[in-house]
Amino acid sequence: MNKQLGRLAIAFIVMLVALAMNLSFIQVVGADSIDSKAGNRRNLLREYSRQRGAILVAGRPIATSTATQDTLTHLRTYPDGPAYASVTGFYSFLYGATGIERAENSVLSGSADSLVVDRLQQLFAGRKPRGGAVSLTINPAAQEAAWKALRGRTGAVVAIEPSTGRLLAVVSSPSFDPNLLSSHDGTGIKRAYSDYLADPTQPMLNRALARTYPPGSTFKLVTAAAALASGKFNPESVLPGPKTYRLPLTTKDLNNWSRSQCGPGGKVTLAKALAISCNTAFAWLGNELGADALRSQARAFGFDFPVKVPMSAAVSRFPTNPDAPQTALSAIGQFDVRATALQMAQVGAGIAHQGVLMSAHLVDEVLGPDLSVLSRTTPRVFSTAMTAEHAQTLLMMMEGVVSKGTGSNARIRGVRVAGKTGTAQTQPGTPPHAWFVGIAPVQSPKVAVAVVIENGGGSAEVSGNRLAAPVARAVMQAVLSGK
Amino acid sequence: MSATASRSRNRARTQEAWLLGCALFITAVGMVTVDLTLRDTITALTLRILSTLLGASVIAHIVIRIRAAHADPILLPLAVLLTGIGTAVIHRLDFADELRAINRGEPIPASKAGAQATWFVVGAALLALTLIAVRDHRRIQRYPWTLTLLGLLMVLAPLVPGLGRTIRGATLWVSIAGLSFQPAEIAKVVLTVGFASYLARHGRALGALRARFMRIPFPRPRDLGPLLTVWALSLSVLILQRDLGTSLLFFGVFVVLLYLATEQRSWPLIGLAMFSTGAAVAWWMFAHVQIRVALWLDPFVGDGTSQVALGLYGLANGGLFGAGLGAGYPQLVPFAESDFIFASIGEELGLVGCIAILMIYAVLVARGLKIANTVRDRFGLLLASGIATVLALQTFVVLGGVTRLIPLTGLTTPFLSSGGSSLVANFIMVGLLIRMSHAARSAATTPAAGPGFDVVSAPRHDMAQTTQVIELPNARNIT
Repeated sequence: MNKQLGRLAIAFIVMLVALAMNLSFIQVVGADSIDSKAGNRRNLLREYSRQRGAILVAGRPIATSTATQDTLTHLRTYPDGPAYASVTGFYSFLYGATGIERAENSVLSGSADSLVVDRLQQLFAGRKPRGGAVSLTINPAAQEAAWKALRGRTGAVVAIEPSTGRLLAVVSSPSFDPNLLSSHDGTGIKRAYSDYLADPTQPMLNRALARTYPPGSTFKLVTAAAALASGKFNPESVLPGPKTYRLPLTTKDLNNWSRSQCGPGGKVTLAKALAISCNTAFAWLGNELGADALRSQARAFGFDFPVKVPMSAAVSRFPTNPDAPQTALSAIGQFDVRATALQMAQVGAGIAHQGVLMSAHLVDEVLGPDLSVLSRTTPRVFSTAMTAEHAQTLLMMMEGVVSKGTGSNARIRGVRVAGKTGTAQTQPGTPPHAWFVGIAPVQSPKVAVAVVIENGGGSAEVSGNRLAAPVARAVMQAVLSGK
Repeated sequence: MSATASRSRNRARTQEAWLLGCALFITAVGMVTVDLTLRDTITALTLRILSTLLGASVIAHIVIRIRAAHADPILLPLAVLLTGIGTAVIHRLDFADELRAINRGEPIPASKAGAQATWFVVGAALLALTLIAVRDHRRIQRYPWTLTLLGLLMVLAPLVPGLGRTIRGATLWVSIAGLSFQPAEIAKVVLTVGFASYLARHGRALGALRARFMRIPFPRPRDLGPLLTVWALSLSVLILQRDLGTSLLFFGVFVVLLYLATEQRSWPLIGLAMFSTGAAVAWWMFAHVQIRVALWLDPFVGDGTSQVALGLYGLANGGLFGAGLGAGYPQLVPFAESDFIFASIGEELGLVGCIAILMIYAVLVARGLKIANTVRDRFGLLLASGIATVLALQTFVVLGGVTRLIPLTGLTTPFLSSGGSSLVANFIMVGLLIRMSHAARSAATTPAAGPGFDVVSAPRHDMAQTTQVIELPNARNIT
């Protein structure tokens, strides 16, 4: 029987070797590919096991992690949830992360290269690794003013410091509460998420950055800039501004909002045309300048260019190949022209900063876990959209819009405010979007702001002034009173 | 007793004491690591568990000193080491369960590690009892039919209405007075003894051959009876109790013993054919078998959260050296403290820890086979190799299932899994090995040592066929 025992032993050895080889494959050779499979919750738990860094605004956290006793070990909370949700985004173990939580995840989770020294220190100190913090450019007064002013409305506000490109306010309304999506209660998260998705007002849509709208008359700023750049026009140039403008090659007439001619004898200066937002004059001007001139001016302001702030913003568009009537409509911000609130704020900021566009950004400083500054964002020039002289000229024209034109509701006592109203038609039957782009103070601009209010109600050019201008005024006031 | 024998006995027992110390030290390191990682302090429970393990080990060791002085010194320490490592890992999972219960606002569950330590006491006591009650292992081969029948009844006991419990789809538990246990685990021992007794007596006769097929001689049809009976028993376990693992184990052990007893290669081939038939029938008949096979072929199907996949994630996370006790996420794996405890070990102790565990099993099995090789009687050979086979097969089936080498079947991991029935049964088996080892080694050192070790000069295979030998417990054969 010894021979049989030997064979049995060999069979057992084969079983042992098979187990050992298979284990080596699972645990060493194929471990990474198994580890990264979708059903594995360990990657998530590893990320949660580190204390995630805070998101700071003016030294105060708007997103912070606190230790918990459950398996996820750290809970993300947002003290001012909805007001800052368009900036912070959420951090959910079921739905991933959005906003700054996503864009700056490597810093916040502590895996960024810039944090390598901190990681080493923590390793040697035997402490659990922690994430770094991110300090934002947001001005809390402006953010909260914008949030309050938009309450109950559907729309967005973006405010920029023209000289640096710092984003002072990024608000989308209605908003969501990131606390509900970042909790550790799976069923609660799912319920909140599906409720938000089912909500027809789309609270999780970031209207400030991720949504484009027809910019309507605010695009006349771009058209006016192109007109000045052409050298053929100045603020006093007289343009035809009749009651109606027959679109070239068609039988369609374009009306003014006022349903009347823009000046005596159907004539109007460029400055006056901008101030009263004369459609017929700008449509004519658009065709005079041509689609290419309009497009290159629009691109100089950032249209057709993907922007990261560091979240990716939707790309604003100028139509690729418009014919003559389409060019006329594009010149007044209709047809297929589309812009985000961020884009229109950048147009204002470029005009305010002597034609030089700065890159818009949200992250001011990256901080280590101990809040030591690891890096600071230096302002960068995005483009030179206009000459300083033309920019100054256009700014003066915009001041006229507020002081004696359609933007009267943006006036602030004791402050020189420039601006431009806009009312963008969408579909027949639905109310237009109300726009306002504002700059203050004119003599040394501190803030450029764009406001869009969806389907604001009313059909006249006045809706930009009635709905959007007061919001812009509130934000500009908040910025100016804070400095 | 000669001086040589006494010295060798003392040396073996001293070695055993040292090895037990090592096993308990490793256990203590594991338990304390868990405590310090997850609680920053050594818990009272850890001290209680460690002192329980120490006390029970010492008692088992003393009984071995008195009753089986010549026994292999490595058997008990290996069993204690496996139990200790298992208890440390269960202790670590207890903390995870506690946390989960707190977060869900549920009452904190009783410590499974504490229960495991208590079961170890029972196991060690039964090991000692085995050594005291069975003074000569040859005595227990007298009741082949009684034991086989008893084993059969135990296996099927859970099917008795009012007695059985169905947990996770398998009817394996018997509940009496609030205490539930798996009689199949005890039946494993009883049946192994029964099989070995039967084959020690009738194995030769079954070895008579007639037909040849492809140059391999095959048995007479009427000799297929016993194998067919066990096959039917295994199939009924599979069909009535939905327990793939136990079914496979019983059949596998019987085939191996049949092969050893008859020395005919045809038996494993016939066994394999019958197993394949049974497996095919099971696959064809049962959805749960089909699911097991499908998940074996692709464990990551769907959202990638099948039991096998969850176990593999744990193993993969462990890597070469493991996350460290208390630093992984073994609680994400279902049944992490029982069927999947090997995945928990793999996650926190890594490939190194897994291979170490495999080696401990390998040494245990090898010692079992060595006892089979040195014990002087046919029954002893069959019983020792039967026990080694039970250990080897069970380990292979459950570890192979967890590591996706073969389809997953529910079986406990010997000595490691949380659960009393399995632990107790395995310690009884170790007790039997110790008993046989003592007989083999004392015979080797002192051929005529002690009272009752009369030597009967007869060929070894004859012994099993003569009931006269069985009725003379002091009789002894030397080939």
